[in-house]
Amino acid sequence: MIYKVIAKSEFKRFTDALLRDNTSFGPRQVDTDSRGKAVYQFLPVTSSDDVAFNYTVTASSAKHFFLPFREELSRFVFQDQEWDQQINYEADPIVLIGLRACDISALNILDDVLLKGHFPSPYYLAKRKNTFVIGLDHLPLPDCFCKSMSHHTISTGFNLFCSDIGEDYYLSINSSKAFNFLKEFDTRDPLDDDNCRLVERRKIISDSFLSEVDVTALPSILDIEFDSPVWEKWGNKCLNCGTCAMVCPTCYCYSVEESFATNLKGATRQKKLYSCNLVDFAEVAGGHNFRPKNGDRLKYRYYHQHRGFAENANQQICVGCNRCGRACLAGINPKDVINDLRMEKESCLTNISSSPDRI
Amino acid sequence: MPDKHFVIPRQDINREDFTSSIPDFNRRSEFMKTDMGHKCIITNIVRLTEQEKLFKLRIIDPHERGIFRFKPGQFLMLELPGFGDVPISISSSNSNHEFLELCIRKAGHVTSALFTLDEGAHVAIRGPFGSSFPMDEMAGNNVLLIAGGLGFAPLRAPLFWISEHRERFLNVAVLYGVKEPSQLLFTYQFDEWEKINHITLHTIAEHAEAGWRGKNGMITDLFQDISIDSEHTYAIVCGPPVMFKVVCSYLDNLGIPMNRMFVSLERRMHCGMGKCCRCMVGSTFTCVDGPVFDYWSVMNLKEAI
Repeated sequence: MIYKVIAKSEFKRFTDALLRDNTSFGPRQVDTDSRGKAVYQFLPVTSSDDVAFNYTVTASSAKHFFLPFREELSRFVFQDQEWDQQINYEADPIVLIGLRACDISALNILDDVLLKGHFPSPYYLAKRKNTFVIGLDHLPLPDCFCKSMSHHTISTGFNLFCSDIGEDYYLSINSSKAFNFLKEFDTRDPLDDDNCRLVERRKIISDSFLSEVDVTALPSILDIEFDSPVWEKWGNKCLNCGTCAMVCPTCYCYSVEESFATNLKGATRQKKLYSCNLVDFAEVAGGHNFRPKNGDRLKYRYYHQHRGFAENANQQICVGCNRCGRACLAGINPKDVINDLRMEKESCLTNISSSPDRI
Repeated sequence: MPDKHFVIPRQDINREDFTSSIPDFNRRSEFMKTDMGHKCIITNIVRLTEQEKLFKLRIIDPHERGIFRFKPGQFLMLELPGFGDVPISISSSNSNHEFLELCIRKAGHVTSALFTLDEGAHVAIRGPFGSSFPMDEMAGNNVLLIAGGLGFAPLRAPLFWISEHRERFLNVAVLYGVKEPSQLLFTYQFDEWEKINHITLHTIAEHAEAGWRGKNGMITDLFQDISIDSEHTYAIVCGPPVMFKVVCSYLDNLGIPMNRMFVSLERRMHCGMGKCCRCMVGSTFTCVDGPVFDYWSVMNLKEAI
């Protein structure tokens, strides 16, 4: 990693040049919500004026550039009685600007899940390798809990990360591409004063978190509370709409569908993002559903998010951005569910005094 | 504005070497063409029962046929272009390198389309995927294979393995329960297994039909017919979800150690590679960690059976 400091005006020139020449996406305001707050999404940008550098949070995450909602896996071309299978792993280079630390963490987790193990996903790899990621730090929103998940700072997974230190950006350069581009611009090595300002900025961010979720030993609590009535309680609220998985930066479960071309001369195999809260997620041919109740499916979402699966070595895959909580139509958010789950057993701790006697 | 151009070069992953790492932007990464299927020709179709057919497949490309090897208990993804792909357990002997046999029930969208095919049609397979029965570990012991309904299909591969290495096993018994006698699969092989390979076969039907001279009842009723030496017995169980709990807890009470009981689970699958998460059981995937689990792992996984 190489560190540099760049003036904000010079950084604007750099982004202008970069965004003009490449297909680029950045946060832009699309609307305001019912309470008058701005709604942002990652949309095409062509110059730094398009980018809302001080945006709060995008409603959808950046995962859709890597895991599109619909993606063609392969294509079949029919000739007489024969057919031919074609697979295309290629992706066009894009620039993503303005990702938050938790969004980049989410990409690192997806790397772990989709590129490790026996079957790394070439579709994801092609897109990941062809994406130039520029990160931006920010002050947390009142309901962010990424600090609890240790995803409020980031040290890998991006090409360039900018920390706002007043008049300048403190740049962490993590790729040769970014370093070579920046050579053409006026940057300087960080001085002692710059380092102090960076540490101060990090401290301010770290101290501004208002929401906290206690995740210590959460995997074992999830195991112990597997049959807890808490799941049924929250499950009864759930509408099975799957919105949480669509906005989540790390949800990657999918479904595969095949369809014929209308001229019957070909067929495509498409991958479609799915949600474990949808009713038929675990239904097998013949009609048996392995998770028939709302609570079962909601539980599995939390199980996957906070306990992790074998593929990602039992690492929690939730980054704490709380997009699912904001998007949920039924008002279910991870903070409340996890705290409820903890309280379930802690409420029966009657014989522990608040100040234990020292021996 | 400076007149500088910074076009990001395109990286072609098809040209990269096979080295294992996650993308570091400076290093190269591994990839496999797991989405490309092996094209097969259907050489033979046998109608076993009203609902099930046995498809005999042959991989067309000689090189692909040469590298396709599987172990008893593994499954493959059978693909019918335009309709979709389904996980099917392999029912043939793994020493047969020329042909594959798949016992398929007409149950859903893809299998219904598959049932309209004739001999000579082409399908594709991906795989093999998943874990297998530890046949070498079982050698030298009694083996008890317990199947319910279509659960007999995944047990046919280990049964072939045992038949081919019969001298390495002590007593081998098959307990096979079905709803109606007409649903019995592979009845034409029963004599071969009993008389040539000395495998004891016990069948039972829940609802008797006219002309059925066998036993009548649930699969657990068959346990009265056999004696089990719990110290030297391995069990393989496969059947509908309700059957596992009843049978495994019965065997557990008999004293068969949990790590000597193996179950083959069924789940919905879309990829076979541990990526789509449709087949998750507890904290593992049926496609990569399963479908064959020992009973100890299953007991530790939530909602497995």
